[in-house]
This record gives sequence, structure tokens and C-alpha cells, in this order.
Amino acid sequence: MTTPTSTLLSTRKLSVGYGNHILLEELDLTMEGGKLICFMGPNGSGKSTLIRTLAGLHEPIKGQIMRIPGRDLHLQLAVVLTDRIASMNISVQELIAFGRYPYLNWNVNLNEEDRAIIGRSIELVHLNHLIHKRLHELSDGQLQMVMIARALAQDTPLILMDEPTAHLDLNNRLEMMNVLHNLTRSMNKAILVATHELDLALQTADEIWLAGNSRKIIRGIPEDLVLKGVFDDIFQFKGFDLKTGKVHHEISRQATIHLLGNSHEFLWTKNALERSGFSVTDKNASHSVAVVNENSDNTWILDNDLQFTSISDLLNHLNQAGK
Amino acid sequence: MMEFMTLKRWIVLPVLLLVLFIINLSLGSVIIPFRDILTILWGKIGANPVWFDIVWDFRMTKALTCVLAGAALSIGGLLMQTLFRNALAGPDVLGLSSGASLAVSLIFMGSASGLQILSSPSPWTTVVAASIGCVCVFLIVQAISHRLNDNTSLLIIGLMIGATTSSLVSVLQFLSKAEDQQSFLIWTFGSLGGLNWVEIKVLALTLLLGAVLSFVLTKPLNVWFLGENYSRSMGVNTRRSRFLIILSASLLTGAVTAFCGPIAFVGLAVPHLTKLMINTNNHRILIPGVMITGASLMLFCDIVAHLPGSSYVLPINAITALIGAPVVISIIIRSKRIAV
Repeated sequence: MTTPTSTLLSTRKLSVGYGNHILLEELDLTMEGGKLICFMGPNGSGKSTLIRTLAGLHEPIKGQIMRIPGRDLHLQLAVVLTDRIASMNISVQELIAFGRYPYLNWNVNLNEEDRAIIGRSIELVHLNHLIHKRLHELSDGQLQMVMIARALAQDTPLILMDEPTAHLDLNNRLEMMNVLHNLTRSMNKAILVATHELDLALQTADEIWLAGNSRKIIRGIPEDLVLKGVFDDIFQFKGFDLKTGKVHHEISRQATIHLLGNSHEFLWTKNALERSGFSVTDKNASHSVAVVNENSDNTWILDNDLQFTSISDLLNHLNQAGK
Repeated sequence: MMEFMTLKRWIVLPVLLLVLFIINLSLGSVIIPFRDILTILWGKIGANPVWFDIVWDFRMTKALTCVLAGAALSIGGLLMQTLFRNALAGPDVLGLSSGASLAVSLIFMGSASGLQILSSPSPWTTVVAASIGCVCVFLIVQAISHRLNDNTSLLIIGLMIGATTSSLVSVLQFLSKAEDQQSFLIWTFGSLGGLNWVEIKVLALTLLLGAVLSFVLTKPLNVWFLGENYSRSMGVNTRRSRFLIILSASLLTGAVTAFCGPIAFVGLAVPHLTKLMINTNNHRILIPGVMITGASLMLFCDIVAHLPGSSYVLPINAITALIGAPVVISIIIRSKRIAV
């Protein structure tokens, strides 16, 4: 089943910034239900400012923001910000329950439905074991997950997140992006995530917004943008080739190596050799290295003669021989 | 387990309040046997008709003043600590009490500097004057804070305004006659006795108003620590809430300061004492919590001020500071654990 795409938020000729200082201008953006958008750009390019402006927390300098008409802003949009939290003496459960505040009157009584939604949000980010902990007992990453759960509990069609993966470890980062990706699919939400995680964004985003130095935002699906080379223009990678996903190493050695082997072992051995300055070629090499895998034990054979049990030993030998 | 602990505290605190209230009633320069106190409280004249008048017209009004003032100042302190997300904020830290002092001193000593405001201060004029003093100070603080948008600066500005109003009071004191000065000086010592039933009703009404207003503000108060952006994203009108929080705190502090003088430390210490007992950020629980704790602490301070067994009564401010200062010191030492 597919839900028809619906525009939840759009902008027309929007300019954002502070006072006379315009960070981004002439923005015509749209956010549609069912799409995960990753918002990238160097520090200071105006990512946080745009997020706060879209969230209605900051006045735009020029232009318009169109949202769902006739619905309170805090019922259509939830945020995860980088703002410092003043008090850490509150339980995880209490904090996540704040997500329901837009639905409550002054008496702040949670009903069954509120509790169910809070429970589901806790479930989604796997925080069940932490709900009775106080914020000061959490790691930065766990705190970040709690703030994300709070935004989910607000149960809005739009979620705007400013670097939600900043303090997460690799596993949780991946998990988080997957959760967000799934949410766009299962609940037809539109989610905007400002992030510096290029690899993660390229793999999970339906669309990428790229803020550069020109006060414009370049939009597109990740693959198109990679092939057009726009990331290289903006981030000016030093020694990293985005198209191959590899870091470029200078060849600093005379010796060339002909490498034989299977997928993983081959790749990681090649990686190690190139990092050490050897050039890995197919023919006319001065050495040959074969990776042999037997009974899940790897052996590296140099020039059909010497055997090594680790890449480290192989490199040590090559370094000795090079002197 | 946690529920049970909380429940136990909800029984302990009111019982403590009741016990302190009765002890407070039974102490004074005239020794009345405890059994007679209970008889009199039951509405009977008892062994000595004079004792009946002493208990109802002197001790009861004073004990009730303790309860009302303690509760009001504690809510005021809680509101300020939440508003500024600062553990050391309090009505007096922001110069509210100083503003009230200046306004009241204008009434007491104004004639000396050619400002004859009112010849005979009534409870209403002192309430209004002190409240106006509080609100004026806060409006100034607000106006400046609007430009700065930084809580630490705001606190420092509050202190500066406090210092300025204090020096204006000094100028008034310098210009005024000794007897006018004395009545003002005694007012600054703080006094919980001497309120008649009408004045107590005024104070009770103000407390009710301030408490109800604070209670209605539960939602913004609860999310306030997350900062302005998060609060607004959850539908809290921060601008209006800020105004109402300030209004409520000014009303409560102003009324107490007018009737009892500038009572220090209670507003600062009680929210922390309460949070040590009831570890929550939920103001729906904290507001009644600080009211009971504040009332109990005030009764306790008043009992100590009467130096049981003697006919001397120390100024209440000396006692609140004596008890409050160690609390504040422990807060600073433990500030890693204690939250606003």
C-alpha cells in the first residue's frame, strides 16, 4: 500500500539568518510525507538557523513558510535541538512524557492514549531499560535518544532534528537513521535531519539538502548529487574520493605488489598496503602477495615463499626489506 | 516502592506542619498548659478566659501568619528558581524585596524628604506599595533582560537593582527623623506577629491568588528547564508565561514583605529542602510541597525566635538567615547533584 505523497511544509523565496546577516536565501523547499531528508553542510552554513526558522522558533528574514493550514504548529511539528538542558534531575520517562504536553490542558493529566504513545516512542528507540533513570545518569548518546523519543511522543507529521546523531556511537547512529527511515515509511512522516554523517546520509536519505558557501541549498537524491560532484565542491575533501568511497594515499614506495585473494581479505589487505604507501597493481609487480583462507584462518604468502599469519607481520617484513 | 515513599512523605509533611503549628501556639511569654491549649482550640473558654484571648487573638494570628508567609515566600522562590533555571535565585536575590522596602520606606519615611504619600499606613496601602515596589523592580529587570537574553546577566542586574534601591533607602533614612527610621528599621527585621484578622485575610487572599496562578502555570513551569525553543515547540507561550510567573512571584513576595517585612532566605532555601524530600520536577507536586515545607519552616523559625522559656523574641530575619545560610552552603557544595 502506498500513501499519496502530501506536502507538509514548503517555503517560497525564504531567507534566513540573524539581523542583517543572511545565511541562506531564496529557498524554495518542500517536505513531503514519507520522506527522510538529510540536511548537510559545513559548520556555520545555517543549518540550525534554518531548522529553527522552519520550526517557527525564529523569524524568517524574507519569504514565506507554508504549513498545514488550520492546525496548531506544535501539533504538526516536533523538534530535536542542540540546546543545552538546564536541569538533569528528571527521569527519562518524565522527559519523554513532555512530548504529550501540546495535547494536555494546564492540569497535565496523561490519559491512556497518551501513555500508549509514550510507551511506543520508548519502544522505538529501545529505551525501556532506562526509563526510571535520571538524565544525569545517562551518557550523551543516551540523552540524545531520550530527546528523540520525546519528539516522537509529540506524534507530529513533521519532525525536524538538528544533529540528532552527534553523540551516538556507530551502531546507534545506524539504528537511529533506520528508525527514522522506517517512521517515514510506516507513519508517512516527513523527517528532516541535519547531520555531518556523510556516509549515513548517502545510504538512508531519500533526499539531501546541501548548504554550501553560496547561501543556496542544493537538493537532490544522494546518488545524483554524488555523481554530479556537488559534495566535492562544498566539502573540498582532502584525499577522499567520494565516488569510490576511498581515501587517497600517496604512493611513497618503489615496490609494487600484485595481490591475489577473495573479497574481504583482499580488500582489507589492499587497504593496509596502500596506507603503507605501496601501489597495488595487477602485473609487472615487484612482489606478489596471496591471501589464502583455510578453515577460517587466513595466511598471507609473499612471493610464493614466506608465510605470515597477520597483515601486521606482512607489513613488518616488507618494511624491513625496504630498508 | 517509589510511589510508597512519596505517599509516606505526603503523610509526614502535613503531620509535621500540624505538630509545629500546635507547638507554636503553645509557646509564648505567658505559660499556658498544653491541655488548656487544646481545650481552647476546641472552642471552649477553658480555665482562664484571658488564655482564650491570648491563643486566638495573638498566637493564632501569628501562627497563621507564619503558615501564610512561609508558603507564599516558598512559592515565590520556587517560581524564580524555575524561571531563571538557577538554584540560587530567590525573590530577594532579584531585588524584589529591596523594591518593596523602598516603596514601604517611602510610606514610612517619605515625609522627611517632602514626599507625604499617606499619613496613616493601612494594610491595603502597605500591600499595594510593596507590590508596586516589587513589580517596578521586576519590570526594570525585565526591560533590561529583554535586550540581554541571558539569565546570568539578569541575575547580576537584579542584584545591582537591589543594591541601588537599598542605597536609596539609606538616603531616605539619612534624611528622616529617628522615630520614622525606627519604625522602618523594625519593619526590616521582619515580624510575624501583630497582624489582625483583616490583614490575615488579605494575606491569605493574596496567597490563594498567587498559588492558583502558579498552579495554572504548571505546564510552562515543568518544561521551562528545557529552554525557550523546546518550550515553544511544545506549545507553551513563553512570553505570556514569563509575565505570569513574574506577576505571581511579585504578588506573593510583595504581600509578605508588606505585612511581615523583607524575610530573607525562606524563599531560597525551601524549594531545595522540598526537592531533597520530594525528588521531582513536576510543579503540580512541587507547589503544594513547597507550601507545606515553607509553612513548617516558618513555624519552626518562629518557635526558635521565641527562645522557648524566655520572654525575649528575636527578629525573625535573624533566625531565617541562621537556618537558611547553612542550607544555601550545603546547596553550593552539593550543587552537582541538586537541580533547579
